[in-house]
Parts: sequence; structure tokens; C-alpha cells
Amino acid sequence: MSGDREEGAQLNALKRWAIAAGVLLLGRKRRRPLVAEPERLVEAGQPDPRAEWLVLALLLGAACAAAGFIAVYSFNHLEHQTQYLGLALGLAFALLGAALGVIGKRLVDDEEHEEEYPLPRHPEAEEEIAQLVQESGDRFTRKRLLLAGGGTAVGALGAALVVPALSLGPFLDTDPFYETPWRRGRRLVDEAGKPFLLDEIETETFYTAYADRASKEELGSPLVVVRFEPSQLHLPSQRRDWAPGGVVAYSKICTHAGCAVALYRKPTFPLVEPGPALVCPCHYSTFDPTRGGNVIFGPAGRPLPQLPLYVDPSGALRARGNFSGPVGPSWWGVRMRKPSTGPST
Amino acid sequence: MKKALATVAVALALPGAAGAQPGGGASVEQGKELYAEHCLSCHGPNGSGVTSTSHPTGALGLHGLGPPLKGVGAQAADFYLTTGYMPLQDPYDQPRHTQSPFNKQEIAALVAYVSSLGKGPPIPKPEPKRSEISRGLQLFTDHCAGCHQVVAEGGYVPNAVAPPLHQATAVQIAEAVRVGPYLMPKFSEGQISDDELNAIVAYVEWAKHPDDRGGWNLGRIGPVPEGLVTWLMAAVVLIGVCLAIGRRAHN
Repeated sequence: MSGDREEGAQLNALKRWAIAAGVLLLGRKRRRPLVAEPERLVEAGQPDPRAEWLVLALLLGAACAAAGFIAVYSFNHLEHQTQYLGLALGLAFALLGAALGVIGKRLVDDEEHEEEYPLPRHPEAEEEIAQLVQESGDRFTRKRLLLAGGGTAVGALGAALVVPALSLGPFLDTDPFYETPWRRGRRLVDEAGKPFLLDEIETETFYTAYADRASKEELGSPLVVVRFEPSQLHLPSQRRDWAPGGVVAYSKICTHAGCAVALYRKPTFPLVEPGPALVCPCHYSTFDPTRGGNVIFGPAGRPLPQLPLYVDPSGALRARGNFSGPVGPSWWGVRMRKPSTGPST
Repeated sequence: MKKALATVAVALALPGAAGAQPGGGASVEQGKELYAEHCLSCHGPNGSGVTSTSHPTGALGLHGLGPPLKGVGAQAADFYLTTGYMPLQDPYDQPRHTQSPFNKQEIAALVAYVSSLGKGPPIPKPEPKRSEISRGLQLFTDHCAGCHQVVAEGGYVPNAVAPPLHQATAVQIAEAVRVGPYLMPKFSEGQISDDELNAIVAYVEWAKHPDDRGGWNLGRIGPVPEGLVTWLMAAVVLIGVCLAIGRRAHN
């Protein structure tokens, strides 16, 4: 019973809406001029519905192209994505331009008036111009429809231009930044897969290491390894046993913008020269490897994540666990959590 | 104080005639005399160094101005002397590539003396001719370009300058890789093999005179800036011609 009544109420509402829409549509056609029309300045032109439809089609095409931009943008791994993005955006602008061109050529009267221009601020002339502009639009019969079409095109284009701002950082899915291949017992290997032996690590130079049995492409894999005399190290007290034989390992990915920390500043005679430092060549973020990777210069906002190490009975370096902090550039909301060991690779 | 230091350094840098033996070979004895005259005040007697705890103090009564030289070998001594890094102009400033105040024979004598102080690596003999430049470019990009730039024009690290390598000889490049002067890390044979070092030297030698397409030195892409200036001038002339034609038509 109550279901029937609800259905009836809905039907009633629908009927009311239909009547209102009908009145609106019919009313639009029979609009009486409120005042007597002044004498025309622009010759009355023929309305051109075909041109109007063309303009509408072009505007909707522009909107579709802009929507296409957003669609292409939302794919993560698309071949030639940049080219498609450029194509979509270019098409959107081209169609918008074409629409404006058709309006100018076929819908707006462009009367040429040759006369001496009086000095500026001439009320009569200004009124005339206002009238001229108003009458130039006389041929439009579906003004609102066209305005709506234009609004759609411009709105879609605006959305297409704003959407790339999402790339400023991952908002929702930041988990990959906390997953690294490092876990207790994983060996440090060089580019060729050869394990790093403690005895082979020399002071006054630096090495690049990767996680054994893991992709080198992974953000959390590459390390920069440096050796000091243990007396030179001033690590925080809870990291005392992270550096066997004075060997420290840090993530090679700069915490500022994610470049590879590729420079090692090594003083030959520390008494008169600047201290040892790991430096990122992109923006010169400078980290102190003797003090847990603290930032001593440059735009980086947090220390390089340190990897705790130990030496196995064969003398090879292995990880004691995961990094001391999240690896990679500092996105919004990435700084807080401690890294976790991701799914095994 | 810096001024005083510099004066002393310059005074020390002037090689005495007493130590030079005209025509003689590189003798350890001559090297020892030169060492006593020019190096001892910072590096200490017999290359023992002047560290923050050593007594007596080094030049100008300062402790800790010179690292010990025992065991650095002919390689490091030859590098620092032939590049003019030593004798140092200012102990608190980065040494620059300059003309050495010693002549070749004096340098050889000093190198012989320093290498006699303790067992150390000899002067390397790079053979860039036996290597490929393309491989050298790849290795240079991996190991050196971060600081020295891929065209070996030099660059910057915080608190120091990575010098351009255009003045460096093949031997000096090989030495620098093994020694790691100033703030540069040193690279052992495990990291860069002698064979790879040859390739790097070959590339740096090539980078001194790269293929140049002429024009202003803007990435060596050819006379592009000159072309732009020419276009600009041509455009001005063209406008002038247009104006002249227009005026004539008007009259």
C-alpha cells in the first residue's frame, strides 16, 4: 500500500516538473519586446541555425577533448602518454578556437563603419556602440544553449588544466614509500651481484650497494656505503651497533627530490678542510654520514635513512632490519611513519 | 693573519739555488734538502706530519697543518708537486692548479725523497691510446661527472670547487683518481681497474679538445647564438626597407 502511494507521489512530482518545463519552453518563444525597438544600426541578418549547431558541436568536441585529457592523464603507464596529453589539450583548444571562429565569421555581423572618432567620453557614441553590440547578436536564436555549450567547453578545459596538480604528490597511496626490500639478513651486493665483504671496504671512498635478490630499480634498494674509523663516528646512541667496523649505509635516494646521492666529500686532512659529507648533485643537499645522515646544508628536510648493518660469519655485510625512516623524496604525509617490510620480492 | 701566512708561504715557495744540482739526476739527497727548505715546516721531519697533538708546532706556531707523508708514495708526491698544489698558498684554502715553483728535476728529486720515506704506490703509467673513448665516457659519467661535469669542465660541491680537467695531464688524472686530492674520494683498483682508468683518461684527453662545430662555446652546438643575432639584425634592416618602400608609395 505505502509503495503505491509513494509511486503516485513520484508521478505527481514528475507531472509538475513536465508542466513547468513546457511552460518555460513555450514562454521563451513568445517574449514580447518591453520597449519600442530603436532604429537599427546594424542591418538585420538572417538567423543561421546550422552555424549555431556547428558551434555547439565544436564546443562539445572541445569539452570531449578536454575530458580525454583527464582520461589519458589518469593512466599511469601509457606509452606515448605525453604525446596523447598534448594531442588532447591541443585538440580542445583548436576546437574551442574553431567555435569562436565560426561565431565570428557566421553569426556576428561585422559591419564596418568609417567615421572620424570623436574624443573619448562621448555618451551618444557609447550608447550607439552598446546598441550595435546588442544587435550584432540578433541572429542567435539559441543563445542560452550556446552559452551552456561554451560553459561546458571552458569548464572541461579548466578541469583538464587543474587536474595535473594531483601530481604534486600522492595523497592517498603513500604505502610504496614505506616498503623496501631490506629486512634482517639480506645481503648487500654490488651492481654485478657480488656481496660486499667488510674487509674489502676501504675508507676515504664510497660504494653503491643494492639489496640481494631484489630489483635495483626499486626506490628502497640502492645504498651508499662509506667506511670510517669507528672513533670518527658520532651516531645516535640507539644506533651504536648499526656500523660494524665503522661501515655505515644510507639510502642513496635524496630525501629532498629523490635524486641519487652521488657525491662523497672526503677531507684529505680534516683539520683544515670541511668534514666528510654525502652530497646530492641536484640541489646540493648535504648529509653528514658520521652523524646518522643529518642534513648540514641544502634543501632536504630530513636525514638520509640509515640502514642498520651486521657482519655474518663469512665476513659479508648484511642488513639488520629496515631503514631508520621512509625512503625517497618527502611527500606530504610521508615523514611520519616508520617503514615496514613490504611483500617479499 | 692570512696575509702573514701568505707572505710566509710565498717566501717558502721560492726555490733556493742551494738545493739544485744542475744536470744531476733525481737524487734522494737533493730531495731531502729541498724538503727541509720548503716542506718540513708543515709536514714535519721525515714526513711525520704535524698533527693537532704533535710537538713542536708547525708553521706560524700552529698545530695540525700538514698530514704525514710516510707511505703516500711517489704517486701522491708527483701529483701534488706537478699540479702546483704544493707548496700550499694558504693552508685554509683549496689548492689550485698553478705553475710549480720547482723545475722538473727538483720535482723528481722531491718525489724520490718522499717515496723513500715509506713503501707506497709508484707513479701510474696510463695508456689512454689502448682504450675506447666511448667506454671512458660511460665510466666518467658513472664515477666523475657528478662533480666534474660530463664535459670535464669542473663544478661545485658544498665548500669546494671540483676543478676543470683541461689542464690536467694523463698521468695527473690517473694519480688523482687513486690519491683523491683535497675533498675528492679516492678510487681503488677494486672500484676502477687500471684498464677502466685508461678509458677514463682517454675520455678526459678527448674532452680537452671535443668535436667543435664552431661558434660561441654554448654546449658546442654550433654558431646558434651568432645566427640569432644575425636574424635580429636582418629583421631590423627588413623593417627599415619596408618603411622606405611604404614612404615612397605614399609620396
